[in-house]
Amino acid sequence: MRTPLTLRLFAGMPRSAQVALALFALAAWGWVPFAHLALAPEHALHLSAYWVSLLGKILCYMVLAVALDLIWGYAGILSLGHGLFFALGGYAFGMYLMRGIGRDGSYQSDLPDFMVFLDWKELPWYWAGSDSFLWALFLAMALPGAVAFVFGWFAFRSRIKGVYFSIITQALTYAAMLLFFRNETGFGGNNGFTDFKRILGYPITAPETRVALFALSAALLVAALVLGRYLVTSRFGRVLAAIRDAESRVMFIGYNPLHYKLFVWTLSAVLCGLAGALYVPQVGIINPSEMSPANSIEIAIWVAVGGRGTLVGAVVGAGLVNLAKSWFTVSFPEYWPFVLGFLFVAVTLFLPDGVVGLVRRLTRRVAGDAASRGEGGTFGASAGSPAHPAAAPPGPARALAGAAPATAAGAVADADASTGEGAIGAERPIAPAARALPGAYAAQSLETRDERANGPAVTSPAIATKGVQP
Amino acid sequence: MIQPAPDRDARVGEPPGHRDRPSGHVVVPGALDLTHNVILYLEDISVSFDGFRALNRLSLAIDAGELRAIIGPNGAGKTTMMDVITGKTRPDEGKAFFGQTLDLTRLTEPQIAHAGIGRKFQKPTVFEHHTVFENLELALKADKRVRRTLFARLADDERDRIAAVLARVRLAAEADRLAGLLSHGQKQWLEIAMLLVQEPRLLLLDEPVAGMTDEETERTAELFVSLAGTHSLVVVEHDMSFVAALGGKVTVLHEGAVLAEGDLATVQADERVIEVYLGR
Ligand SMILES: Nc1ncnc2c1ncn2[C@@H]1O[C@H](COP(=O)(O)OP(=O)(O)OP(=O)(O)O)[C@@H](O)[C@H]1O
Ligand SMILES: [Mg+2]
Repeated sequence: MRTPLTLRLFAGMPRSAQVALALFALAAWGWVPFAHLALAPEHALHLSAYWVSLLGKILCYMVLAVALDLIWGYAGILSLGHGLFFALGGYAFGMYLMRGIGRDGSYQSDLPDFMVFLDWKELPWYWAGSDSFLWALFLAMALPGAVAFVFGWFAFRSRIKGVYFSIITQALTYAAMLLFFRNETGFGGNNGFTDFKRILGYPITAPETRVALFALSAALLVAALVLGRYLVTSRFGRVLAAIRDAESRVMFIGYNPLHYKLFVWTLSAVLCGLAGALYVPQVGIINPSEMSPANSIEIAIWVAVGGRGTLVGAVVGAGLVNLAKSWFTVSFPEYWPFVLGFLFVAVTLFLPDGVVGLVRRLTRRVAGDAASRGEGGTFGASAGSPAHPAAAPPGPARALAGAAPATAAGAVADADASTGEGAIGAERPIAPAARALPGAYAAQSLETRDERANGPAVTSPAIATKGVQP
Repeated sequence: MIQPAPDRDARVGEPPGHRDRPSGHVVVPGALDLTHNVILYLEDISVSFDGFRALNRLSLAIDAGELRAIIGPNGAGKTTMMDVITGKTRPDEGKAFFGQTLDLTRLTEPQIAHAGIGRKFQKPTVFEHHTVFENLELALKADKRVRRTLFARLADDERDRIAAVLARVRLAAEADRLAGLLSHGQKQWLEIAMLLVQEPRLLLLDEPVAGMTDEETERTAELFVSLAGTHSLVVVEHDMSFVAALGGKVTVLHEGAVLAEGDLATVQADERVIEVYLGR
């Protein structure tokens, strides 16, 4: 009866997901370390430091995308400020990395270089404990979590929704960016943190360290996916999707949407923080530009490209867009913003469920009905997963175009304004109508069911005497 | 988290049960108190929208187990009254009590739902992207706080209850379909079913048979009549034959206040009522 949760989660996954997960584990924890560490640089299959870092970075982005998908795809809350939580996690962990430099900085001081430069004599109080790895890790989760919680509490309590919410998140990350740009804030101003030397005593540029960070990022992604899948297939996930679709109905059947939104919102921010903490040592720098509004919009584009409300879509989208980006920024850097904008327009117009939706539709067409009957499984496992795109709130509206720099952002705004209701409203796969009813219900014969239907009240007279729940 | 606000007339400092009443009645905080057999009590409720009085000193009392029909022309304030009872709209003035002790004007929507008031909206509102079964699972009477919902799994008796209600509203064959694919009448029934599994004491039904066929309407009337007694029902409806089939007391609302009250025949013979209906 009681199988361990993790086993249940994996067993509940579709076959293809299990295979994909196994392949991913093999690649991330087997092939990458081997190709980077064991194969000589001259070897054709050798994986260079550039690639390991790039892939590690993309893994962190994938976690970020999954975090955004949890709230956008499933709860219908579009955050355009998730870059803030990512950056906060990065800064929290960056403090530890800065302290790890020790006296190896240019000024050979115990203080980070930028503080010496500012003529500060001692660490500000909020740097206390930053030499501890565990404290830094805790901060990387707690800081974004706390900011998200406080912000979310006010926003959700005031029932701020849709475009308004998205705009406020943009403002939030923008304000934070301005704050972090100031030297007096104590986080290195516009240079941020860089020139890290070591992590937990290991040299940060050593191949082994690089591979370890990569493997950890992969582990974080798997954990985020497993957690996400658990959430969206649980009753909690169904409540979330219900809030997305008909919030007032949810209230009148006794759920408090505030608590649900706040929980998933805060959790999402914590995930972002962890991703940021792993990102910084791999790219070797964190500065306030991570908090730029355009950055956060890009995250939403990854998710839209991959397909909202599927979790795996977020991963695919983040991967595709970022691989394309790293190619473009090397070959044609000035065109990247246009490509990004075009991508978003194309996806919203022609691929409302993103790449994953397209693939699903194609495979369904190929496999016919047989396939759709095979997946899905039991009662209750389905609702959360393919979220209806139409139900998600409108994306960044035209109003954002002013606030968001770069052409890409402008294109985002245009794309969404033109989408409106229709273009997003794609059909959703129809569940096979007559699946067997599980459990005791299935066991009942038709006759007994009819008897009950015509008989006296099924609900006992003593119902609901307990009144308000304890 | 979800606790009722302290009721207004609970007397601080007095031992529970000590009231000016010889019955030795015990006041349990948060529980529905039906001492006077009145389940819902509205007194002088007024609601204004930008100066327009949607409810104008409305007073109404519903007995426990009663099946009450509310009729009235469009814009009479019927839906607004339900909004006040369920906490969606706060009245500008007036009292609203559930039982003797629960002050509805101080509770939030989820708290009121937990206290035992269920509501069906005028426009059928079901979760269209969930299956019929999942709709009922979500509505099911249960601990609805986050930390419980995270780990909630349906027990066998809960499945049975859902199955029984599904059979009762004849949606058993649709259990696994998306609610959005149901016909209008079926959606109405699904919403009624959601109310039933919620196990409320008081059901507020706003135009429940709109869009139903005659046969469906008839069966709905039968269902409501069978619920009366164990439940209290307030049914808003324009369909007079349906109201007649319900057979209970009828209240006529007009311009945010009660115009007439009594059995259907009496009310229909009332001159002011005739005037209001014909005058439109
Ligand atoms: N949120 C609101 N803002 C402004 N006016 C409102 C609002 N809600 C209701 N009203 C007005 O209050 C009046 C009463 O509305 P209500 O919906 O309660 O009527 P009703 O009796 O339910 O009518 P119907 O039979 O058409 O459903 C109407 O004139 C309506 O326009
Ligand atoms: Mg109405």
